[in-house]
Amino acid sequence: MKSLLATTAAVGVIALTGALPGAPSSASAADQIKACLITKTDSNPFFAKMRDGAVARAKELGIDLKTFAGKYDGDNEAQVSAIETCMFEGVNGILMSPNDSAAIVPMVKKARDAGILFITLDSPLDPLDAADATFATDNFKAGDLIGKWAAGKLGDKAADARIGFLDLNASQVAVDYLRDQGFMQGFGIDVKDPKVIGDESDKRIVGHAYTDGAEEGGRKAMETILQIDPNVNVVYTINEPAAAGAYEALKAVGREKDVLLVSVDGGCPGVKNVAAGIIGATSQQYPMRMTALGMDAIKAYVETGKKPEPTPGKDFFDTGTALITDQPVDGVESLDSKKGAELCWG
Amino acid sequence: MAIPEQPASAAGFTHAAARTPLQRLQHLLHSNPSLVPLLVLIASVIVFAILAGPRFFSPLALTLILQQVAVVGIVGAAQSLVILTAGIDLSVGAIMVVCSVIMGQFTFRYGLPPGLSILCGLAAGTFFGFLNGVMVARLRLPPFIVTLGMWQILLAANFLYSRNETIRSQDIEAQAPILQLFAAKITLAGADFTLGTLFMIALMLLLAFVLRHTAWGRHVYAVGDDPQAAELSGINVKATLISVYMIAGFICAMAGWVLIGRIGSVSPNSGQQANIESITAVVIGGISLFGGRGSILGTLFGALIVGVFTLGLRLLGADAQWTYLLIGALIIGAVAVDQWIRRVTA
Repeated sequence: MKSLLATTAAVGVIALTGALPGAPSSASAADQIKACLITKTDSNPFFAKMRDGAVARAKELGIDLKTFAGKYDGDNEAQVSAIETCMFEGVNGILMSPNDSAAIVPMVKKARDAGILFITLDSPLDPLDAADATFATDNFKAGDLIGKWAAGKLGDKAADARIGFLDLNASQVAVDYLRDQGFMQGFGIDVKDPKVIGDESDKRIVGHAYTDGAEEGGRKAMETILQIDPNVNVVYTINEPAAAGAYEALKAVGREKDVLLVSVDGGCPGVKNVAAGIIGATSQQYPMRMTALGMDAIKAYVETGKKPEPTPGKDFFDTGTALITDQPVDGVESLDSKKGAELCWG
Repeated sequence: MAIPEQPASAAGFTHAAARTPLQRLQHLLHSNPSLVPLLVLIASVIVFAILAGPRFFSPLALTLILQQVAVVGIVGAAQSLVILTAGIDLSVGAIMVVCSVIMGQFTFRYGLPPGLSILCGLAAGTFFGFLNGVMVARLRLPPFIVTLGMWQILLAANFLYSRNETIRSQDIEAQAPILQLFAAKITLAGADFTLGTLFMIALMLLLAFVLRHTAWGRHVYAVGDDPQAAELSGINVKATLISVYMIAGFICAMAGWVLIGRIGSVSPNSGQQANIESITAVVIGGISLFGGRGSILGTLFGALIVGVFTLGLRLLGADAQWTYLLIGALIIGAVAVDQWIRRVTA
């Protein structure tokens, strides 16, 4: 019933926007530019900061911005209805971080057909070119950086490292496998299929466990890894809350000093944990930059009709990533935690 | 049969000779509702001990399971009380996390002494329970609806109030170590008992005693079994219901405190699954969703069964989805057994 209503509403919106001669894309410059930001959830500080960045930039540029979010990670339905609402409002551009990269595509097409500039943030659509542009962290590179750092830090001992992987969840979404496999490549592990976690045969891998990207899950996953092999000495984590949880588990067995913990995110609590030596190194990403650039792109599109171009050599616009560590390693460029704290979010 | 775990009625004894072994089992389970989950628990420990060997069957691993289920077990105790009254509480997880955030933020944002913040958190939990209870008992709203609403309200309030900010474990350790009180542990012959674990066990035993041997406890069962009959026999049904929801709220707030000990930090993103996990533990533990029948110790066994399956299957290297699949089968199996046992009185 719900989906039936949603479809009817969508059809109605299409008919409406299609019938009106003054469709959003041809709105005169005198009209106020309207935009939407649709994030995955409101609970994750990463997306909360994304919103802050967008709101601040929209104010500067005089853009009328509406924000939406899914209720939980993976909530596709809420994002479908958010796009419908935005189309109804007749916005010029939508920035979205998709909860379901494939399922949302037909809805995105409807929005683009209505002349709306559609930019995905953080996670690409599947297929990637279903959106006009993608502004994201290069998550594979983020993983690669911490992998290289961990290998460099261990030196000769990297050959017999015992590595635990604290991943996101069982679905193996893009951000999950990109960071995980990126780490492996950086560390010097044969990743086999770079889109699949767990098909590797390297003996140094202790195992993979799921964290749901939060403290509770991080602790439980670390406990599982320790149970599989108590001699684990390198731990990759999908994000910093998971790393914080893992650290609690390591502390409980007195191993917190001799395990190398690496992560991705660059949130302020995570950077503080780098400064305190809890996390060895983390790859920082820049959510506020993503939305600020997104706002600029929508303005440019309305004024000149030009769509944003991807970063040369990549199929998306790379909003940058930097390694934050206080123990720099030769051959891996990094920033110290002080600089990281200036750039951090959340 | 309002009161469980008391000798079968006189009529039961006269017919005893005529019973088949199956009927005798049915009667045995009827008078000892926590026997089924206990047997399942023992069997699953034995199976995993054989399959996974000493990695699983060691004092450390077994007490690790206790640590992993402590939070869910405590929330499950609160859930059990409500379900015994033929209600359901979907807001348990939200009460827990909001109370942990209150304990943390009152200390770190307003500079209250941590002991006082904890009292505020406990009072808040009791108050939320009181609101639930008043709406259920006085306004006669269905518990499912009341707590569904309360869940949404508290979760939203949690994210708004906390501003999605996590309080780092290291800051808590330095400035308010009492918030992490339940992380303290006693090591006995290779087994690690945290204070949180011991609290869960003590709480379960205390509630089991109170439910069985005090007037209030018997009233809880009577109200759940048949509120009209309870009213006629002079029980103050409304007061009993309100007291149950208040105690449940208080226990959830305690779970919030234990949660801080478990994950180290105060994170508004914790406990998202606690309501479903607690209902799972209660149902597998053999407490009837129709109210009035079951033992709270069953919930402890139910939570432990989930913990044993989760760790055991991970140690065997099975995909995490198998855990959910088996837990799902257990839930349906448990309810089927409950229905079968119910027919004793029919």
